[in-house]
Amino acid sequence: MAMGLKNRSEATTEDVAKAIRRSKVHWQSTLFSVVLLLLLLTTLVILFVLLADIIVKAYPTFQERGLSFVTSGLSLNPETAGVFTGIVGSLVIALIVVLLAFPIGMSTAIYLEEYAAASRFNRFLDTTVRNLAGVPSIVYGLLGLAMFVPLVRMMGLGGSTDGKNVIAAGITMSALVLPIVIITSSEAIRAVPNSIREAGFGVGATKWEVIRSHVMPVALPGILTGTVLTLARAIGETAPLLVIGVATGYFAPPGDATILDQLTGAYTALPVVVFSWTRQTQGEFAETLAPAAIVVLLGVLFILNGAAIWLRNRTEKKW
Amino acid sequence: MTQPLTIEGLVGDRKRRRRERRVKSLFVLAGLVSIAISVAIVVSLAGEAWSFLSQVELSELFTVGWFPRRGLFDIPTLLIATTIIAGIGMIVAIPLGLGTASYLAEYATPRARRWLKPTIEVLAGIPSVVLGFWALTFISPEVVSRIFTSAKPFTMMAAGLGVGVLITPLVATVSEDAMRSVPRELREASYGLGADRATTVRRVVFPAALSGIVASMILALSRAIGETMIVFMAAGAVGGALRTWDPLDPGQTMTAAIASLATGSDQVAGEGLAFQSLFFVGLLLFLITLALNSVSNRFVRKYREQY
Repeated sequence: MAMGLKNRSEATTEDVAKAIRRSKVHWQSTLFSVVLLLLLLTTLVILFVLLADIIVKAYPTFQERGLSFVTSGLSLNPETAGVFTGIVGSLVIALIVVLLAFPIGMSTAIYLEEYAAASRFNRFLDTTVRNLAGVPSIVYGLLGLAMFVPLVRMMGLGGSTDGKNVIAAGITMSALVLPIVIITSSEAIRAVPNSIREAGFGVGATKWEVIRSHVMPVALPGILTGTVLTLARAIGETAPLLVIGVATGYFAPPGDATILDQLTGAYTALPVVVFSWTRQTQGEFAETLAPAAIVVLLGVLFILNGAAIWLRNRTEKKW
Repeated sequence: MTQPLTIEGLVGDRKRRRRERRVKSLFVLAGLVSIAISVAIVVSLAGEAWSFLSQVELSELFTVGWFPRRGLFDIPTLLIATTIIAGIGMIVAIPLGLGTASYLAEYATPRARRWLKPTIEVLAGIPSVVLGFWALTFISPEVVSRIFTSAKPFTMMAAGLGVGVLITPLVATVSEDAMRSVPRELREASYGLGADRATTVRRVVFPAALSGIVASMILALSRAIGETMIVFMAAGAVGGALRTWDPLDPGQTMTAAIASLATGSDQVAGEGLAFQSLFFVGLLLFLITLALNSVSNRFVRKYREQY
């Protein structure tokens, strides 16, 4: 040990006192903490450089175009191209996720946490959800291509894209985020203390009545926080959309189309706009427009995250 | 009004019980959706993959490169590129992630932790397409080309570094959770024996949190293997790739192979062999990540049960 004691017979009271006072600088310990701090700082610096680099590259676009960059649609001309088409696509996908993945995910979570006796089916379901959460996003794209695109076509919603439209994209994204909705909702429901449930059962409520009027009101803030973050995931994903035929080039939304025509026609999403502009051979798209689209994308995610934190702070209860 | 308490009275009326059953079956139905999705993934992947395998000679899976549109399906090309990129990612993420986790869990004051942790989580929330853009426009010209002057604009090195940035917060947050769940008594026992903080972290906290730390690394490896956009945008080789072990070459991972086939100029159409190869690669990817995630889940369960 680095106590400065060679062997026991040499140890005097003074030696021991000195060792306890740490008069000797433990350079290994100092070095260790400095290395850890440097690693942490490196991570922070990477984040800072990443954000700064993108904002600096995006700045000219916003300076010249201002908000019109956000409100104008796709164009072949870098002077007028904007991200509006992508924002609309991402919002429609998010809406479908809210309508599909959230109710199914919350119900599954309720089943797992409230009804789940330790039966074999429940353990199987739990393992399945956990495994689904780890499946790479591009595999969900293949699932969408093989199952959901034909499904949309079968439902008669194929439209001009033959099923490769925003409806199929929404269903695919719903499948992708479903396990995450289940896991975060389960955690929120698990955090509800049992005494709340027992109070309900004590006055003769049935299981569903206890869930509806006792468990859910308490768990809902946590569930909402988790699901808002899930939406951020659905909006940021790109890879599965590429597989199920999102438009990566320019397309003109039909001017006088009905809502159904628009839903079943060509579409794009915000991250896909970033991707396709980065790949453009025309310099301006990759150099200034793509980073500007990234700033818009990060802005949307920032708002969602802010909403989640606000929800949590406003409604959190400590037990 | 008093009524004698009877068994019938306690069971409740029939209408209520019927509603209970109906509600429960709705919840079971919702649970079945997840199982149906799992089955659908396996069925859709395995079906096309099987018809792909039955059409190609086994020797065609080991040729000179991956050019599916020309009938060259060299699986090792994709596996090697996946290994290189995931490997570079892990070399970046393990020290950064573990260092960050250790500092946050053991050294940072509660006040510093309150803003450091959300900052790391911001990094975790950045979409991979953004990191793909950054790997291509910053890491490649400003980092890789400066160190290796012979490097081309598209390299597996740049993609690997980008993947490393992507998975660092994953290693950091999961490891930090594992280290913080080590009970304080263990640390106090160590201090009581005269150990200082560094010794306590290395000899007490690390071993106690080891299963969680290992789980975070396996999880990160699985994410690195399954990551598409960074590799697709920064590693080049969009049309296909030759078998190479040099990280300064362009390369194509399993995920990028799927993405580039699907976005190729001649849209993947129907029954073609190239279309089916996509599902075969997808099945391989699915099985590899499934195996990694199962191992990781087992490790997580271990450290949860310990304390």
